[in-house]
Amino acid sequence: MSAEQILIWGGGIMYEFKYHKASSLDEAQSLKTNTADGIYLAGGQTLIPTFKQRLAAPSDVIDLAGIEELRGISTSGSVLSIGAMTLHAEVAASTEVRDSIPALAVLAGLIGDAQVRNRGTIGGSVANSDPAADYPAAVVTLNSSVITTQRTIVGTEFFQGLFETALTEGELITRLEFTVPDRCAYAKFPNPASRYAVVGVMIAEYSGKIQVGVTGAAGCAFRALALEDALNSDASSAAIDAVHIDVENFNSDMHASAEYRAQLVRVMAKRALAAL
Amino acid sequence: MSKAVSSAGVSNSGIGASVKRREDVRFITGQGSYVSDVEMQRQTYAVFIRSPHARARILEIDASAALAMPGVLAVLSGAEMAADGIADLPCGWAVVSKDDSPMKVAPHPTMAVDSVNYVGEPLGVVIAESLQIARDAAEQVLVDYEELDAVISLAGAISAEQIYPEIPNNLCYEWALGDEAETNAAFESADHISQLDLSNNRLIPNAMEPRAAVAEFDATNDSYTIYTTSQNPHLERLVLSAFVQLAPEHKLRIIAPDVGGGFGSKIFVYPEETAAAWASKKVSRPVKWTCDRAESFLSDAHGRDHLTRVELALDKQGLFLGLRVKTTANLGAYLSLFASAVPTYLYGTLLAGQYKTPAIYVEVQGVYTNTTPVDAYRGAGRPEATYVVERIVETAARELGIDPAELRRRNFIQPSDFPYETPVALVYDTGNYGASLDKALELARYDSFAERKAEAQSRGKLRGLGFSCYIEACGLAPSQLAMQLGAGVGLFESGEVRVNPTGNVTVFTGSHSHGQGHETTFAQVVSDRLGIDLDSVEIVHGDTGRVEYGLGTYGSRSIAVGGSALVLATDKIISKCKVIVAHLLDSEADLIDFEDGTFTLRDSNQSMDFAEVAAAAYFPATFPEDLEPGLTATAFYDPDNFTFPAGTHICELEIDPDTGVIEIIQFVAVDDFGKVINPMIVEGQVHGGLAQGIGQALLEEAVYDEYGQLQTGSFMDYCMPRADDVPNFVVDTTVTPCTHNPLGVKGCGEAGAIGSPPAVINAVTDAIGIKNISMPATSEKVWRACQQSKSSSGGAV
Ligand SMILES: Cc1cc2nc3c(=O)[nH]c(=O)nc-3n(C[C@H](O)[C@H](O)[C@H](O)COP(=O)(O)OP(=O)(O)OC[C@H]3O[C@@H](n4cnc5c(N)ncnc54)[C@H](O)[C@@H]3O)c2cc1C
Repeated sequence: MSAEQILIWGGGIMYEFKYHKASSLDEAQSLKTNTADGIYLAGGQTLIPTFKQRLAAPSDVIDLAGIEELRGISTSGSVLSIGAMTLHAEVAASTEVRDSIPALAVLAGLIGDAQVRNRGTIGGSVANSDPAADYPAAVVTLNSSVITTQRTIVGTEFFQGLFETALTEGELITRLEFTVPDRCAYAKFPNPASRYAVVGVMIAEYSGKIQVGVTGAAGCAFRALALEDALNSDASSAAIDAVHIDVENFNSDMHASAEYRAQLVRVMAKRALAAL
Repeated sequence: MSKAVSSAGVSNSGIGASVKRREDVRFITGQGSYVSDVEMQRQTYAVFIRSPHARARILEIDASAALAMPGVLAVLSGAEMAADGIADLPCGWAVVSKDDSPMKVAPHPTMAVDSVNYVGEPLGVVIAESLQIARDAAEQVLVDYEELDAVISLAGAISAEQIYPEIPNNLCYEWALGDEAETNAAFESADHISQLDLSNNRLIPNAMEPRAAVAEFDATNDSYTIYTTSQNPHLERLVLSAFVQLAPEHKLRIIAPDVGGGFGSKIFVYPEETAAAWASKKVSRPVKWTCDRAESFLSDAHGRDHLTRVELALDKQGLFLGLRVKTTANLGAYLSLFASAVPTYLYGTLLAGQYKTPAIYVEVQGVYTNTTPVDAYRGAGRPEATYVVERIVETAARELGIDPAELRRRNFIQPSDFPYETPVALVYDTGNYGASLDKALELARYDSFAERKAEAQSRGKLRGLGFSCYIEACGLAPSQLAMQLGAGVGLFESGEVRVNPTGNVTVFTGSHSHGQGHETTFAQVVSDRLGIDLDSVEIVHGDTGRVEYGLGTYGSRSIAVGGSALVLATDKIISKCKVIVAHLLDSEADLIDFEDGTFTLRDSNQSMDFAEVAAAAYFPATFPEDLEPGLTATAFYDPDNFTFPAGTHICELEIDPDTGVIEIIQFVAVDDFGKVINPMIVEGQVHGGLAQGIGQALLEEAVYDEYGQLQTGSFMDYCMPRADDVPNFVVDTTVTPCTHNPLGVKGCGEAGAIGSPPAVINAVTDAIGIKNISMPATSEKVWRACQQSKSSSGGAV
């Protein structure tokens, strides 16, 4: 009998799995290799609801919460480094972040609600590549690097589509590195129900050059090159209005049509520009 | 006994005092006792097998794999239940079509037998030692379906595939009310006709506590105890015995303990608690079932879902001549308990609104679709009526260039007109609509609105203001009238006052509190009437084993009907006390006066306080033969008429034309609820209702895809209003006491949800300068409307 033929309930009861709390990256990775169908657990804000709806049936759950090296926020020179297991609430409140890239603290503070911000992690968010997540806008805009257990992935090459990333099986994000821009701002249009981004636009300036990242509008976050070109020759609202926004790859669902999302990209870009 | 009295002359805890809700301490400290908190020894767990298809034939159910799993006690099907004599779930209100034919009732087995007709319909249940096992086993029950074409769209339902062989055009009834010829004549003589096509969006109630049941069959005396989330436990007992044939009434005890919200959705008798009870007999163990949220979205009765064309005929002065309404109402796949009455008697009868429209005619087609059943949801029919009336009145005002407040005022039923008989079968007892409107205009600073609009425009924002002058019929209901109109039960209420020997009082009410605060309000009434401390009064409700009888809580009936029953019962207590006092003081009962808890022999200095009389009643050393000991009284109160809360809501909002985002700047609600027992609780009820009404207007909508799959099946997609979606409300009251109940009260539970949606949408259309926009007015719809109105000069969206 196929899965779509059954519809069952029962108080959010998950399938049984084995739970492990890894205390080091090595342990986490070896658990992953040595279990039939293990999965990493960060804040669980995406994963646990999936389990409760019985959309996933992992054999083993490998909790990353006990791994010290995945935590912590630091700056060194022009690079802000944030450990994968850092909570959204920690990023929002961090003086380190506020002093270097205040817009990133603002972005973190706009995620979901207080409960979500106190459980959800930056690594989990980025690894998940939800099209409506906020952090991906920062990852593509802020000359960033996604540092993993195996390599360093350039931020603009990390997101590859709807819930798809450059990560390979078992590869763990350890931290994210953002290059501190001269100026930066983020504007978000939240979905009134979920409070995820219908559209979010980040604008940053590095040595006079403007970069624009968009989340929510398409399958994954992307750099809006047409907007960047326009703003680099005329950093004004009028310049944004004049840009044709190609909606070919835009999402269209019951919450927002592609056309409306295009409008929101324009408006959020103007708001971010005004806040720069 | 003395009571503190404030400087205003209102006692600190009596009628009129804002006493803090006594029940809230246990609720907000997590000590409430809800159905799921009930744990029975040897209890088992139920998980339902539900249809994934909107319409299909059930070919085979293979439970062998599930039954083989350790810990599984039974897998029970709808067919077995029917074979055991469990009958269909009934609809309790018989509506007759305009051609005098009875409504066509789709057979509604408690669990599906041969076919399923909406996604989520239960067709079987797994009973197991744990919830985990039950859920795992439910997945192993293999059901073979033959899928059939489903009817989903309301607009197309009448011409679509026929769902039930015995119900052509999927039409349950074609009901009409009012004088068609007279109304048509009014339109022929009209100077102006306004017309609108409206939809009233489908809503999902989403009470905070999901439905639940814990049921136990006691084989020693063939009886059932069922804990369940019900707004009306006695009604549940009546339906489960007289109609569903679960067990005789005296063998059923229904307990609805703390219940976390209902909004109508917990009035109805559902498949799940019925099946849980029956299953507890089958497995000889108690059975527990708790709905999960996703399950609630699919299986709780939904609300509203109308399509309506409305026309209003006016003369040159703007006087209303006639109102013509044609509505198609979605009933879902089956008739839920009161589904038939909601779009008819609770809707058509309210179309006069606050106005002296001389001729009204309404036709309603109730249709079946392959969607979750639709039934009463906060307001039930009256929000739909108010939406129709208040949208068309505002539209007419704009078309005629008459100020919308002025147009309403010209057409109001005047205080001198009461009692006023409407052309749609109601007699309003009292009201003063101009008084509410005046107060609301002042609070809304209507005079200076134009300045605020101009100022907003200078910031690139569109400001709009909208009115709603609503009326509702509450205090359901005079039994005789209701039963003439098709109700299957009387709608009186019972109350019992038991005075204990030490002078404190235990009160039993047939009303049920699931958030309304009865434990406080009703205690205020009784303590005030008896002149005793609030703390000496305990309110008991929600248990057919303790409370004599009751019809429960819905239709804002608790204080008007349940409260009145308690007044009658306290009156009986006071009369009995007078007899006792007269006996003890060697006098006559009609020479005994009672005030503030003290009985006094007229023109003497002899008196007894309430506690002394109570004690005497239980120590009848000297009572004569014709004086019974004890001090208890029961009363049944059957109202003479509905009550008619009414008022004015004014919404002022601002639109960002770039995004379509709406900000409600100010919301004024001036309501006439008659006398108010506890102003703080009333204000809370208004706030909650307004939040739900604003939710309907701007955020909430149940969306199905063409196959009947619910697209808004979680809070990630179904947008419930949150605190930051609503403004600080400006709430006030005017008072015309109800003329026919002893407290002069009208009820306040639904007004907020009834009055507010048209005020919001009238404000949205005013801001953009368009005639119409459908609910919910989401940011995308509003943005599109702004775009269109920029390029044209208005039009429907
Ligand atoms: C109600 C609600 C509202 C929300 N609103 C927003 C919002 O407005 N904006 C927004 O951006 N997000 C929002 N979220 C998402 C949330 O903020 C989390 O970021 C997101 O759920 C994932 O983070 P997590 O730590 O919970 O990861 P988990 O759920 O634990 O894991 C998610 C996925 O990432 C994998 N993973 C986790 N950590 C790593 C790692 N270090 N390396 C490799 N893979 C890893 C997991 O295996 C899993 O597949 C919302 C969530 C909820 C429930």
